[in-house]
Amino acid sequence: MALSALNSDSNFTNFDQADGETMSDAQTAQTASSAAAARIADAAHTGPMLAADGTPLKKSLNRALRVQKMRALALIAPLLIFVLVTFIAPIADMLFRSVENDIVSETLPRTTTMLSGWGEKGTDIPGEPVFEALYQDMFVAQEAKLHTRLGSRLNYELTGASSLFRKSGRKVQDMGEVYQDQFEDLDGFWKKGENWNSFMASDAWLAAMDGWKKANGPQPRFELRDGIAQTLPATADIYVKYADFIQNVDKANLSKKDPWALVYSSLYRDLSGENGLSSYTGPAAAELAAAATAASTFETVNYTDAFKKIDRDWHKLDIWQTIKVYSPKFTSGYFLNAIDMQKSVDGAEMRPENEQIYGLLFWRTMVMSLTITLSCILLGYPVAWILANLPARTANLLLILVLLPFWTSLLVRTSAWKVMLQQQGVINDTLVWLGIVATDDRLALINNSTGTVIAMTHILLPFMILPMYSVMQTIQPTYLRAAKSLGATNWTAFWRVYFPQSMPGIGAGSILVFILAIGYYITPAIVGGTEGTFISNRIAYHISSSLNWGLGAALGAILLAAVLLLYYAYDKIVGIDNVKLG
Amino acid sequence: MADTKNTDAFVEFERVQKSYDGENLVVKDLNLSLPKGEFLTMLGPSGSGKTTCLMMLAGFETATYGDIRLDGVSINNIPPHKRGIGMVFQNYALFPHMTVAENLSFPLEVRKMGKSEREEKVKRALGMVQMGDFGGRRPAQLSGGQQQRIALARALVFEPELVLMDEPLGALDKQLRETLQFEITKLAHDLGITVVYVTHDQTEALTMSDRVAVFDDGRIQQLAPPDQLYEAPENSFVAQFIGENNTLEGMVKEIKGGVALVQLDSGEIIEAKPINVSKAGERTRVSIRPERVEYNKERMRDGAFTLKAEVLEFIYMGDIFRTRLRVAGTDDFIIKTRNAPDQTRLTPGTQIEIGWLPEDCRALDA
Repeated sequence: MALSALNSDSNFTNFDQADGETMSDAQTAQTASSAAAARIADAAHTGPMLAADGTPLKKSLNRALRVQKMRALALIAPLLIFVLVTFIAPIADMLFRSVENDIVSETLPRTTTMLSGWGEKGTDIPGEPVFEALYQDMFVAQEAKLHTRLGSRLNYELTGASSLFRKSGRKVQDMGEVYQDQFEDLDGFWKKGENWNSFMASDAWLAAMDGWKKANGPQPRFELRDGIAQTLPATADIYVKYADFIQNVDKANLSKKDPWALVYSSLYRDLSGENGLSSYTGPAAAELAAAATAASTFETVNYTDAFKKIDRDWHKLDIWQTIKVYSPKFTSGYFLNAIDMQKSVDGAEMRPENEQIYGLLFWRTMVMSLTITLSCILLGYPVAWILANLPARTANLLLILVLLPFWTSLLVRTSAWKVMLQQQGVINDTLVWLGIVATDDRLALINNSTGTVIAMTHILLPFMILPMYSVMQTIQPTYLRAAKSLGATNWTAFWRVYFPQSMPGIGAGSILVFILAIGYYITPAIVGGTEGTFISNRIAYHISSSLNWGLGAALGAILLAAVLLLYYAYDKIVGIDNVKLG
Repeated sequence: MADTKNTDAFVEFERVQKSYDGENLVVKDLNLSLPKGEFLTMLGPSGSGKTTCLMMLAGFETATYGDIRLDGVSINNIPPHKRGIGMVFQNYALFPHMTVAENLSFPLEVRKMGKSEREEKVKRALGMVQMGDFGGRRPAQLSGGQQQRIALARALVFEPELVLMDEPLGALDKQLRETLQFEITKLAHDLGITVVYVTHDQTEALTMSDRVAVFDDGRIQQLAPPDQLYEAPENSFVAQFIGENNTLEGMVKEIKGGVALVQLDSGEIIEAKPINVSKAGERTRVSIRPERVEYNKERMRDGAFTLKAEVLEFIYMGDIFRTRLRVAGTDDFIIKTRNAPDQTRLTPGTQIEIGWLPEDCRALDA
């Protein structure tokens, strides 16, 4: 009676559940109807529920739970901080390197700025101003010994860049000496660093430096004289750099040092070009005025020709195109390299056929990891089944055998496979002895993909067996009995009833094995030869040998993305809540 | 048992023995036969061999010795899936990865039944257990009672003539259990199927069965309809196991004219009906049901045997009063009286006289 009365009431959104219960147990209909009555009371009460003191119930609940949450957070904090500092942050930093590219614009700031006006798609190399900027950048860079780093960086994109930069770094020092000599010949005043300081530096700094010794503490930071940046813009710009370098990198006394050749060429540039000297009345005004008059007769340097003299490569298009393409602070170049493409003036393009290697390596890594996962399933399933169906004592004993490989060093196990699989190894010897294989036709089981699959299947097998075992343990034998009592043969009972329930174990094992396999490094390196190596071996090569960390990071990021993608696909197809590790 | 080798027997156990370890017999020389359509319950404490018997019948255990016949055919060597016996398990054993309808459809699919026929039968079976709307649900979405209904429907959907039930209501609460007891019995009788039901709950056994086989120590202690089992237990185990029972120990002094004189250990001599005592000098346990004992003189019937008693405890239980007495040296003599308006409530410490008819008092084995 109560049931039909409730059924006619359509106001209940929650009724479906109550319906189920009342249908099944007639006795509970009474309780269900009273519960429904309580719900009516709730429904009549509009707006949010309030706590006894009038605050919204949600807020009140949150406040009550906050202390608990904080306490829980405090408990996990040590591990969280440890993981963040030692694991997540370095990985994030490493992955950031796959797009980071500020080395070009930081080492060659003037050149990259000047290059923005250059048409990289044309056939002409950049003009004299760019070469002059290059001279300035290179001079500063070689003083700081940064030009070789940039050379190595650009060498990833253009072979020969490294030696070009090293060679140019050495010779660029001499380039501006023409001006230095002429200034010094004109007046001994220009030889001395302190004379330069007298008009470049502020009076306050000069006063502070007067009588300064190392023992007095840190050297007062160089300050530019007021107005000198307007009078001699190029010189002031370079002088600040020079002073900073001497004070902070060389750690030398600025007043005892004589300026770089670059400072002289900058001064020449100021004196011969636009300057505010006519209104200048500060220190050394006379010397500057004299120099300005003399400068018009100075012998000049053509930087375009000077660089050509260092190396003819500076007059080729490709080095300039490379510098221009890689001048932005962030680049997709590493990622393009990682997928066998390259960045050129026309945008991204495929590398020539004979330079393509990463696509193949990614594909091979995926296929072989799948093969390994599949062999682990095939070999592990029966073992897990036996373990799950044995009495606990025997099962534990056998489980130790399964776990035994875990207690042996990975390197030892892999090396053991080397002994087993080689052409004169145990397995081939046995096959020859049995007459299955001819002596001169021994199987190639190692230094190829076969070796990698065999060794890695063995090494990863426990990761497959353990989750399968723990899932199978929870499948009650009554399910099989029930299936048989319903008329299913042994095979049908297994396939329709047992196997589907063991799927979560297979799923968990497969994810574990596949993800481990995809990033495996030591075993493929030892038994894989050339055709059995994985992408991880290439990543390791770039991190530790070629030192192209950006490319290594890009390859790693792609691998990570592939794993996440597969994980996502697995979640969509099988459902991640179907995965049980125990 | 008298009815072994019965020609119209549907299920027969003949001299069946079962041992797991080769040293101890779990089932000792079991002889049992039941006709078609009977509801037989195997009742006994745990470890008494009742579940083993059921598993041998289902085919999950093999008999160490003896013959099990179904419809006259020995099934010892027939694998379980070919026996065509429906089975309901204690934990329901519904396949968790299939919906209710798929669960029910499973036995039909393995029998290669057509789709429309399958759907028809599944629908009918669900209707039978009043779960028609639940075909699309997963077992985990159902309550225990609902799961057991589905398990029942699944055991019945392929129309077996014999259905085995292994403590199917063990995990349910009392109210639900009683509803389902009634439903299962009704369904079994309506469908005319033979049911072998295993339980350790005596109320369940008494209310549901046509006959009850009381198991203990690998043997059937008594096989009888519920009323006989309760009122005429054949040995002291059955008397103790079924219902509440008062036991007085003593020695047979004399048997004559269908009445045994028993001298209790405390010295009193009482009259009892000899059941499995045959001669004077035997030790015996005299069994009297608590509700057959009377203390109200006005209600005491003629020929009642009386004995002195002291009231120790009075428990008010609503419909009945339960009084614990000290009688003939024992402290746990219970009497039950109906809560009637004229009933006196005994106070502890009072001395009373209790009495019973000699035929309600059975002298059983010691």
